[in-house]
Amino acid sequence: MITLENITKHFHKGSVNEVLALDSINLNIAEGDFVTVIGSNGAGKSTLLNCIAGGFFPDTGTLTIAKNNVTGWPEHKRASLIARVFQDPLLGTCPDATLEQNMALASLRGKRRGFARGVKAKDRIRFRAELKKLSLGLDERLLDKVGLLSGGQRQALTMLMATMIKPEVLLLDEHIAALDPKTASQILHLTQEIVVSQKLTTLMITHNMKHAISFGNRLIMLHQGRVLFDVQGDAKKNLTVKDLLEQFYKAQGEELAMDSMLLS
Amino acid sequence: MTLYAALGAVEQGLVYGIMVIGVYLTFRILDFPDLTVDGSLPLGAAISAVAITSGIDPYLSLLLAACGGFAAGMVTAFLNTKFKILHLLASILTMIALYSINIRIMSGPNVALLGVDTVFDSVINLGVPAHYAGLVVFGGLAACVLIFIIWFLSTEIGQAILATGDNPQMIRSLGVNTDVIIIMGVGLSNALVALSGALVAQNQGAADVGMGIGTIVAGLASVIIGETVFGCTTMARAFIAALLGSIVYRLAIALALGLELGGFRFNPSDLNLITALLVITALITPNLKKRFIKR
Repeated sequence: MITLENITKHFHKGSVNEVLALDSINLNIAEGDFVTVIGSNGAGKSTLLNCIAGGFFPDTGTLTIAKNNVTGWPEHKRASLIARVFQDPLLGTCPDATLEQNMALASLRGKRRGFARGVKAKDRIRFRAELKKLSLGLDERLLDKVGLLSGGQRQALTMLMATMIKPEVLLLDEHIAALDPKTASQILHLTQEIVVSQKLTTLMITHNMKHAISFGNRLIMLHQGRVLFDVQGDAKKNLTVKDLLEQFYKAQGEELAMDSMLLS
Repeated sequence: MTLYAALGAVEQGLVYGIMVIGVYLTFRILDFPDLTVDGSLPLGAAISAVAITSGIDPYLSLLLAACGGFAAGMVTAFLNTKFKILHLLASILTMIALYSINIRIMSGPNVALLGVDTVFDSVINLGVPAHYAGLVVFGGLAACVLIFIIWFLSTEIGQAILATGDNPQMIRSLGVNTDVIIIMGVGLSNALVALSGALVAQNQGAADVGMGIGTIVAGLASVIIGETVFGCTTMARAFIAALLGSIVYRLAIALALGLELGGFRFNPSDLNLITALLVITALITPNLKKRFIKR
């Protein structure tokens, strides 16, 4: 479904601030995979997702999604294949537009927009039914501006909007990190429900190792722009937080060893 | 203020109101402060005046003017989106370039429209008294523009324009090329400004290269007055408020110019000062209100 071949990305290339954000990444994600992505700050998790979504073009490498070579496709063109939910609940919706306008925008993801009415009467019925499934009482607020909703409500709406048209790939960039624990767990379960029922190919970044283990069928750990650890199926099911931490410290240990070599 | 002066102010408010609708589209909807308008208003005037003097139908000349304005706006937006020039700077560059282009179009700093038919003559021929012709034409066209823009922004493309100003990251990830939307939006805005300029030229009987100076300030003043006085809770209301704001602005200017305090009178050259004071008043009123309500 998604293939990354030898993807490398430098930021601020040629300046003193040059960072190697993605270091020749090779990754093959099968259709229907629910991949959790972990790694410390600066490991390249968000960069990886952003690279798939088309926020920037890689320096080298090839990216294929659903048999399309999308390496040179701009972000808006990839939108026909990809749906995204951001960490910041404010990024996924338009605050000045109403709920129904936001949903209408999302229901045209990757499609041609013309001179038909933005929100059609038949859409309203469908939107209301979809919102009812969230049981947050949003189905009565189709005409409210989204800016009036709480962060959790907005993120739930964004999840719904992301999957109104079934995407080939769903990218979740720490989409529950900015929410309080109760709301975060609600959104996480909503995510699980949607991903499983629609059999979506999903990449989910998380900082929570327990979530990384208990959700999805595959886990990858990134470190310094490389895939450090990649586990799936039964091996993943038997994974513990302790195993992950060991992997993590092993990587950091190497780093320390290298530092001490340099300094000695 | 005499009734005659008041009617004149309303007329001015309506014709410049078309420009204000354009300014609202860039300034508030697209979040793109656009100074191109100081150049595209006289551009519209120049195109229309030259077209009419070369025998083209005055209504058709309005369309040509709007197309010229659209092109000017596209240049600004193109510089901003494709070459990443700051929007303010990009629009100033286009504005400066238009000064020379306008003089080229008119082969001089101005073109008089004497003894030729304008859009007003066709209305007068229908039996409308001459001193109401301006009101009828401007009112009719402003209403058409208002209806068009409200319809357009409620279409699928229009909704994408609103979203581009509101949350560009979101609408890009929904498959909209925000560069194209900005180019289209700024183009449309300047088309309206040029249309307004063309009507002003036909009304005052001449196009002049200097007639655009201060357009953006008058536009912003009208937008802010409209928002403060009439509110902007919905998109349709905001655009109606912008048009009404333009009328209030012109009435306030007329009132100020007619003011006589002892031996003191305002000169037309005091207009910029009055505009600045008006905008400041409109901007600080909400703040002052809050403060007084608290106490």
